[in-house]
Amino acid sequence: MSFMPLFPQWIFEQGPAFLIVLPLLMGAIIAILPNRSMAWWFTFFVTLICTYTAFGLFQHIYFDSFLLYTMGGWAPPHGISLIVDGLSAPILLLISVMAMLTVIYALPASISEIEPKKRGPFYAAFLICFAGLMGMVITGDAFNVFVFLEVSSISTYALVAMGAARDRRSLAAAYNYLIMGSIGATFFVIGLGFLFMETGTLNMAEMSAILSDLDGGTRVSKVGYGFIVVGLGLKIAMFPLHTWLPRAYAYAPTKITIFLASTATKAAIYLLLRFTFTVFDPSFDYISIMLKYLIVGAAVVGMVFASFQAIFQSDVRRVLAYSSVAQVGYILLGIGIATSSGLAAGYLHLLNHAIIKGCLFISVGAFWYRFGITRVDDFSGLFKTMPLTMGAFTLGGLSLIGVPFTAGFVSKVKLILAAAEQEMWWAVLVIVFSSVLAIVYIGRIIMAAYFGSPPKINGSTFTKNEAPFMMLFPMWALGLMSIAIGLNAFGIGDTFVSASEIAASVLLGGRG
Amino acid sequence: MHDPHVILKVISKFLVPFIALFAFYVQFHGDFGPGGGFQAGVILAAAVILYALIFGLDAAKKAFPPSWVRVGMSLGVLLYGGTGVLTWILGGDFLSYGVLAHDPAHGQHYGIIAVELGILCSVTNVMIAIFYAFGSRQPEVDEDNW
Amino acid sequence: MLSLLLDQYNYAVVIILMMTGLYVVFASRNLIKKLVGLSIFQTSVFLLYITIGKVSGGQPPIVESHGSDHANSETLLFASIGEVDSVAQSSSEVLYSNPLPHVLILTAIVVGVATLAIGLSLVVRVREVYGTIEEDKIEEYDRIYYKEILERQ
Repeated sequence: MSFMPLFPQWIFEQGPAFLIVLPLLMGAIIAILPNRSMAWWFTFFVTLICTYTAFGLFQHIYFDSFLLYTMGGWAPPHGISLIVDGLSAPILLLISVMAMLTVIYALPASISEIEPKKRGPFYAAFLICFAGLMGMVITGDAFNVFVFLEVSSISTYALVAMGAARDRRSLAAAYNYLIMGSIGATFFVIGLGFLFMETGTLNMAEMSAILSDLDGGTRVSKVGYGFIVVGLGLKIAMFPLHTWLPRAYAYAPTKITIFLASTATKAAIYLLLRFTFTVFDPSFDYISIMLKYLIVGAAVVGMVFASFQAIFQSDVRRVLAYSSVAQVGYILLGIGIATSSGLAAGYLHLLNHAIIKGCLFISVGAFWYRFGITRVDDFSGLFKTMPLTMGAFTLGGLSLIGVPFTAGFVSKVKLILAAAEQEMWWAVLVIVFSSVLAIVYIGRIIMAAYFGSPPKINGSTFTKNEAPFMMLFPMWALGLMSIAIGLNAFGIGDTFVSASEIAASVLLGGRG
Repeated sequence: MHDPHVILKVISKFLVPFIALFAFYVQFHGDFGPGGGFQAGVILAAAVILYALIFGLDAAKKAFPPSWVRVGMSLGVLLYGGTGVLTWILGGDFLSYGVLAHDPAHGQHYGIIAVELGILCSVTNVMIAIFYAFGSRQPEVDEDNW
Repeated sequence: MLSLLLDQYNYAVVIILMMTGLYVVFASRNLIKKLVGLSIFQTSVFLLYITIGKVSGGQPPIVESHGSDHANSETLLFASIGEVDSVAQSSSEVLYSNPLPHVLILTAIVVGVATLAIGLSLVVRVREVYGTIEEDKIEEYDRIYYKEILERQ
């Protein structure tokens, strides 16, 4: 289905810049807005318009061709260009949809999480973080990536620290995230420096052309690539570099956890793909070695180790956070296999995981909103008190495990097939084993919710206490989305699959 | 009249306008030579911060109220972005200054001046905001017990 | 070996600063000292970029107006942005240093200031809430504090 006629021509011409400029400027306006209740409406409409624009761009990629936008009319390689292609467009759409759903969720959640005085700055920081993520994904200039990376990261640190009103541990978590994130970004910029030394340009397309002329370049670009992988690895929470993630996810305000879990690491993975496959080339020997041993190794160890850690956590948000580290492993495994089917599977899992994790974290957030606690034991009997919330959690949980007819199943099967194609049977085993571990840690929560009895407080049991509609809507939207992908309802599943195949062809096919 | 800081006060009172003037020199030099909004903004903020260090935070807040600071931070970004939006309205790409005047070279000139002013406004106010934010915190330890 | 080090001493300085900064970040348990380490680490990157931009014997990259006509210098500036290559070829007798890394580093410095400001404000909040900025003590206080909360439930 093509919705192209729904979009004015202006969107296709100026949309790429619009996606960054609108949230950035509105963030600045919200920061000085005297009326705080307006802030939510402004934020909501900005995310809505961005979703519309991103959808238009996605349609353009899907049915037409890729878009190149020149900032200020300066043609690349001298000017800064913005690129919307098969690789970036789905992630742009993903980020804006997740931002919109998070904002819908945030209206009731803010009442208990953020002091009224801080709501204006909160939404301003949220929009700036959103603009940074969009910019990171859309830009075609390597140094611009660093700037937007830091724009989004710095506002994220502030947002995570806003959890202090509720849980003082968020301060230490935000500080820890700041240190690790800044080291990551600095490593990334060191890597860029080496690349600039070798190629003398910052435009990604130009860089890639020069590097392939040099046949991979000298030691300088090898070292540069190493720095870039470590720097992005910290942002992705690639296995040994993931230590900041569980704390930041567990103690941040719940809506920030939702937004971070479903977008921030995904945008960083996008950058890893962009640099590894389009700026560098997997045919360079050092890239293929890196992919084969380092990325796959980190992925496999992370999948098993983080899943085990998830089993032994007592806080549900920490369970889900460790599960995120494990799921990043699946995505990286697909990337590490580096065949067209492997990349498509990894990319598809990236999109699916964002949807699944968004659904799970919104459910947990709704539970926290009602009861203020999130330990696994507290979930006891939750199905009786919050049936709809628990229903969405179950959908997300099943999808995370990879039960048939869910989104997780589609991408995991594709991943297994891709690994089998390369005769990496041990990788297939690890995928299955890690999914079994997922049954344990998700099952533990679901068992408690369905078979436990609601706790008694002051002698009386809890009665039904459902989450407000503004929370139920995004969680069910995402939960049903994951089922729709699994069942291929309305062709959604096929759209996702072919979008991931287009992305894989962008990564491997010519430099587009 | 036993102010121990009388020399500092007199000298800095003398210096502050010159620092501000230098900031504007760097600012308006920025479209053709070395200089520009970032450096000028920091220098201008340094003038206010010097004033605050010598005469106290309250005096500085009277001279440069925190409410200005908050508005100024955003205003700079809006000035920058507004230039881009203006070029959109005039039918160009984002920040393509060429459309701002009949002669593209003049358009470039105006565009850069507007953008640099935005940067000046933001950087100055952000620097002062950081200083105010840290300076206004009540110390838990008494001044004498440090 | 020594002459190589002397020729490229700025790279040595960059590496020493980089490693010092990174060591301080990981070795110290004091929140402020960690931020100091982080700043040193970032500063080393600024030096690295500036080193890259240096062209030996290069002039400051400022296009000087040769005529008294003001418009002339403007068109020259305009041309120098749009058609860098052609200008560089036509005035090849003057060797300029590469200005791009300096511009990049200006941005990176701003980013560094922002990171430092956020980091320090977090430390101020930590100090207000916990009364200490030693990481070990913060963890210890948290352990005790949340254990008590659990027991109370």
